[in-house]
Amino acid sequence: MDRPMDLHYTDAQEAFRAEARAWLAEHAPAPRSLPSLDTAEGFEAHRSWEAELAADRWSVVSWPEEFGGRGVGILEWLVFEEEYWRAQAPLRVSQNGVFLLAPTVFEFGTDAQKARFLPPMASAREIWCQGWSEPDAGSDLAGIRSRARRSDDEGGWVLSGQKTWASRGAFAEWCFGLFRTDPEAERHRGLTYFLIDMATPGVTVRPIPQIDGETGFAELFFEDVFVPDDLVLGEVGKGWNVAMATAGSERGLSLRSPARYSRAADRLVALYAGRLATDPERTRRSGDAVARAWMDAEAYRLNTLWTATRVLDGGSVGPEASANKIHWSQTDLAIHRAALDLLGPEAEFHGDGVDAPWLDGFLFALAGPIYAGTNEIQRNVVAERMLGLPRG
Amino acid sequence: MHFAFTDQQLEFRDAVRQVLAKECTTDDVRAAYDVTAARTPRWATLAELGVTGLSVPETRGGLGLGLVDLVLLVEEAGRVALPEPLVATTGLAVPLLADLDAAGTADARIGPWLQALAAGDLTVAVADPAWPTEPVAGAVGADLLLLVADGPHGRELHGVDAGSVAVAPVPSLDPTRRLGTPVWAPTPETVLVSGARAEAHLATTADRAAVASGAELLGLSEAMIALTAAYAKDRQQFGKPIGSFQAVKHLLAGAQVLLEFARPVVYGAAWALDAGSPDASRAASVAKAYASDAATEAARVSLQVHGAIGYTWECDLHLFLKRTWALAEAWGSAGDHRARLLDSLLAER
Repeated sequence: MDRPMDLHYTDAQEAFRAEARAWLAEHAPAPRSLPSLDTAEGFEAHRSWEAELAADRWSVVSWPEEFGGRGVGILEWLVFEEEYWRAQAPLRVSQNGVFLLAPTVFEFGTDAQKARFLPPMASAREIWCQGWSEPDAGSDLAGIRSRARRSDDEGGWVLSGQKTWASRGAFAEWCFGLFRTDPEAERHRGLTYFLIDMATPGVTVRPIPQIDGETGFAELFFEDVFVPDDLVLGEVGKGWNVAMATAGSERGLSLRSPARYSRAADRLVALYAGRLATDPERTRRSGDAVARAWMDAEAYRLNTLWTATRVLDGGSVGPEASANKIHWSQTDLAIHRAALDLLGPEAEFHGDGVDAPWLDGFLFALAGPIYAGTNEIQRNVVAERMLGLPRG
Repeated sequence: MHFAFTDQQLEFRDAVRQVLAKECTTDDVRAAYDVTAARTPRWATLAELGVTGLSVPETRGGLGLGLVDLVLLVEEAGRVALPEPLVATTGLAVPLLADLDAAGTADARIGPWLQALAAGDLTVAVADPAWPTEPVAGAVGADLLLLVADGPHGRELHGVDAGSVAVAPVPSLDPTRRLGTPVWAPTPETVLVSGARAEAHLATTADRAAVASGAELLGLSEAMIALTAAYAKDRQQFGKPIGSFQAVKHLLAGAQVLLEFARPVVYGAAWALDAGSPDASRAASVAKAYASDAATEAARVSLQVHGAIGYTWECDLHLFLKRTWALAEAWGSAGDHRARLLDSLLAER
């Protein structure tokens, strides 16, 4: 522990960076050249790209080698992410699996589950969606009503009910879902976490067009869907605890690496500089907002390194993950809001042949304060668990 | 890459926290409203702990430590609204004089000053180079004044014995700021450094000031949020603690999130300055802007959640609010530093 503070990456980490940069320079598709991953065609194009990443062990660098990774640490993963975003490589179609489910499988999965699910997740042969929210259970996740009925004869569970807002749900092969296995138990205690093959009879998928018109998420209907015992993740009745581990990844270190925002903030400064040359007076009015957005991204980078060091030194991430989620979602919006203001009348241009990365990014950023638990729920967590305020 | 303090640094911080909890209560801060001296018994206690001479080189009797070590202690000073000039003396004057000492400046006063600083026998007020003619924080009651003047070859930094000049007090919102306007005339004897070298030292001092005052603002934010969270747990309305209402929770949570993110920004900037990173100046600006915004939001929320009681002289909250509002504007406001950051980002392109 008594190493002095040092924010330089090591020579080995810089060598790792150089290797990643060289590989990406050779392999990454041109920026924004793949069709949207929320279309059938784009989904498969992104899957092919991730297979290429996986073939040279770049898709999950921090996983052990036996599951397709390189066995490197969290700092090296952050370095890789910096290079990935620097190369403007495609969005990760496998993110729900790789960044959310995988940490939970490593923590709660059996050896058989790890061997079965992690390698195809790493290679994007199997893509996962999340089946948690229901029409009547969003922020109040513990209020879910979808049921899993015990079937001792078949050695498993029979699922019924409805899930919604499942990102990638329109095209995914697998789903990680939360179902009520004990309707008599206290509502947090009667839940179980299932791994569900979307091809199982009784699963119906209804894609939902999003605000941008694409089918990024879907409703999932379960009618007597059989799931064998070996596809329960963690203990029966302990699904809430398992789910909270996944939520911690979603809000904490795993889902949103700082490079995403650092690169966007740098592009924002470039946009500002370009506009300054053509319309200095109007552009200068955005200066403060541009600087704020850049600082928010920089603060996120530093906070991530601070948290990563704590984790490497044996610490854990608790309710800070909620503070983290509030910050990254607000940062993403601040960057894109500032960009749209700079674009002025051009901000709304969006049609055939028009590449509108800022508008697309803005529409995506709008979802940030909502998914992964709304920011209002996160503020409750911060107030109750970091400041000790009483539950309402 | 290892972005954490050492156990030793944290233990020192804890020791200072314990002492300050006893030696700098809110009653003590109130009492300091009527004190014009900077060198108090509490300063002597801090000197005995090694705090005041922390950054004095070992050859001059100090611990030879850096800003990374100091920010943790300044944060503790902010947490109790310490009235003594830890930032100006230990955070700014000591490294500035040590830099001049190391550069072989022939001024015979510097060595003895550093030794006196290490012993806790000297307190210093430092003029903000961006506002050289404005009143100087801590000038009333200081032993030594580091002041800026125009000379034949550009700006000069002067070391002026406070006993040799008059200091006209300037009332501040926060009386512990001990603002004053020195009535002085530069002489060849008071010059410490001039010309391009002076500008370089002044720029470094401004960066250190941004980071150190940022650290003080972190401590102030922590104190205000803690005070207010305790109040929100205690104060009942509608038959419940007000802290159980989401409207109140969300105010405090928002301030807490800003504080959480301001901390590593300040610590990282301290490291950048100590390490001589090429980005240090930029990091210092981000630190001050972030810490100022976090603290002014913590102040706003704290007053709002306290309600009318927070608006009274009797309630301790105002001791922290006033220091916050003063420091948020000192050494460059958040907006000043954002403008500086943007210039630096554009210059790099």
